[in-house]
Amino acid sequence: MSEPSHPSSDWRRFIAISALVIIGLAAAPFWADRAGLRLLGEMYSLLTLALLWNLLAGYAGLLSVGQQAFVGIGGYTLFSATIFLGVSPYVAILLGIVLAALAAALFAPLLFRLEGAYFAIGSWVAAETVYLVFTMIPQLGGGAGMSLPAAVVRGIAEDRLTREFIIYWLLLAAGTGTLFGAYALLRSKVGLALTALRDNPTAAASLGIDIWRAKFWTYVGVAAAVSAVSSLIFLQKLRISPASGFSLNDWTVTIIFIVVIGGIGRLEGAIVGTAVYFLLREFLANLGPVYMIVLGTIAIITMIFARRGIWGFLEARFGWSLLPTTRLPPHEDNT
Amino acid sequence: MGAVNLIDTLIGGLLLGGLYTLFAIGLSLIFGVMRLVNIAHGDFIVLAAYIAYLVIGATGLHPLVALLVIIPIMAMIGYLLQKWVLNRTMGDDDVLPPLLVTFGLAVIIQNALLAAFTSNSMRLSAGSLQTSSLPLGSMQIGLLPLFTLAVAVILVIVLEFIFARTRVGRAFRATSDDPQIASAIGVRADHIYALAMAISFATIAIASVFLAMRSNFDPYSGPARLIYGFEAVIIGGLGSFYGTLAGGLVLGLAQSFGAQISPNMQILAGHLVFFIILALRPRGLFPKAP
Repeated sequence: MSEPSHPSSDWRRFIAISALVIIGLAAAPFWADRAGLRLLGEMYSLLTLALLWNLLAGYAGLLSVGQQAFVGIGGYTLFSATIFLGVSPYVAILLGIVLAALAAALFAPLLFRLEGAYFAIGSWVAAETVYLVFTMIPQLGGGAGMSLPAAVVRGIAEDRLTREFIIYWLLLAAGTGTLFGAYALLRSKVGLALTALRDNPTAAASLGIDIWRAKFWTYVGVAAAVSAVSSLIFLQKLRISPASGFSLNDWTVTIIFIVVIGGIGRLEGAIVGTAVYFLLREFLANLGPVYMIVLGTIAIITMIFARRGIWGFLEARFGWSLLPTTRLPPHEDNT
Repeated sequence: MGAVNLIDTLIGGLLLGGLYTLFAIGLSLIFGVMRLVNIAHGDFIVLAAYIAYLVIGATGLHPLVALLVIIPIMAMIGYLLQKWVLNRTMGDDDVLPPLLVTFGLAVIIQNALLAAFTSNSMRLSAGSLQTSSLPLGSMQIGLLPLFTLAVAVILVIVLEFIFARTRVGRAFRATSDDPQIASAIGVRADHIYALAMAISFATIAIASVFLAMRSNFDPYSGPARLIYGFEAVIIGGLGSFYGTLAGGLVLGLAQSFGAQISPNMQILAGHLVFFIILALRPRGLFPKAP
């Protein structure tokens, strides 16, 4: 009997192929130059943010336009905790995770009071509020921002090359960890609740799923993870300012376009979207504003004509599924 | 803070609230009729300001007279946007598609304006209206802000009248309550939605000219206008235009008093009042009776 989308079929082959891909990428310091490593690292960071935003918007129905709040918190905590508290960058990353989770837990009960679409703008106001507060703290350098001192950076590794390798591996770990973490989450009981929420909130509620709690923990968990990735991003950049840390364009607009074009509500969508985004950027980035106009137009066309994005289209057309999160009901015994 | 300063701040806040009401009223309208949130609302305000700049450049009209041209242009854009684009994304309960389409529009408008007009900020000259003021005791009240508030109040009254007393208003309310039943009694939801968006865009045109006469604008001025309008709608409470007016005034007051504490507290104070209202009165100050 064939089981078209059952996870156990092809399971071994899938594990083998992904293991090979991950080993190949982990070996990138041996086959890629420094620019190549940086590009790959940037891809992993955007992929991670896209996966996380997809969990929020695609599954929990929380269309946040304010994820830059948690990027900024993660980045600024890394800089201020290492500089003012003298802790190691790794401890600072953990602190950032805690702070972002706390901020999310503080905003969530307020923002969840906003009906449907108004949550989006509410999350944006929350991000603006955090941004304004950070610009007002003089120790954080105001609008000019701050740099990571060399002594702190040397805490990662003494020479620059080793440091870049380590940050690269951390970003790769963040990307793959988030991908498989999100996959495991969606296949778990919580994930089942989230998927039910995505497909039909009213029915999900009537089945006894506590929507508020599912949304709350998704929002808080995603904020914590965003903060962690952000710390890695700014550990590589070595400089942060309110404009870069809380950038709506870099951390939310780009990510939304990636997920929408790739396929919202599908894990594979974030991967396809990231690939498409970097391809387009390679060819169009020197066009300046026209580049963003093209991206926006593609996203709108996708929303109108292929709501589930490129991956959703392929899935419907060819039955493709790389990371199947659907479960089949128990078999009926007809014999 | 002395008594004179207090009254000054109070009046300044109420006048600022008039402008915020103009930003908010179109958002309030389309949410009431079709539960739609237009993320590009602020960017369309800025787009209309640039259209006003072009119209005034070509004709030499006063900005207020130029409104006679800009209002129909924007209303037409709104009607067609809803009919050709947004209506395709509505219908089922999914709020994501229309929201993401307007989000894409916001980014497109900002970058198109940047490409066409550069990032230099500009302003519309209102002639003597800009510099005139009325003496009130020892204070001077700017004529333009006073006029802005008056227009906002009149607009709110007119929209309340349209909704309560006219045929199209009844169709708006019927569609808002239940699009299916409304269509069963001969109201075409897609046409009603497009009409609502046209009226929303007419208010965008009015808001744009009053914004552009009062302060500088550039291609990136839109998002902040959306946020102020949104805060006014939520503070006031969904479902009534009077509520939106109250929300605009409260937001103006909050920002005005915030600016007294420190200039960079102005906007933050507005955000804080927004969150306080959300915590204490989640349905706003003047919610529609359930």
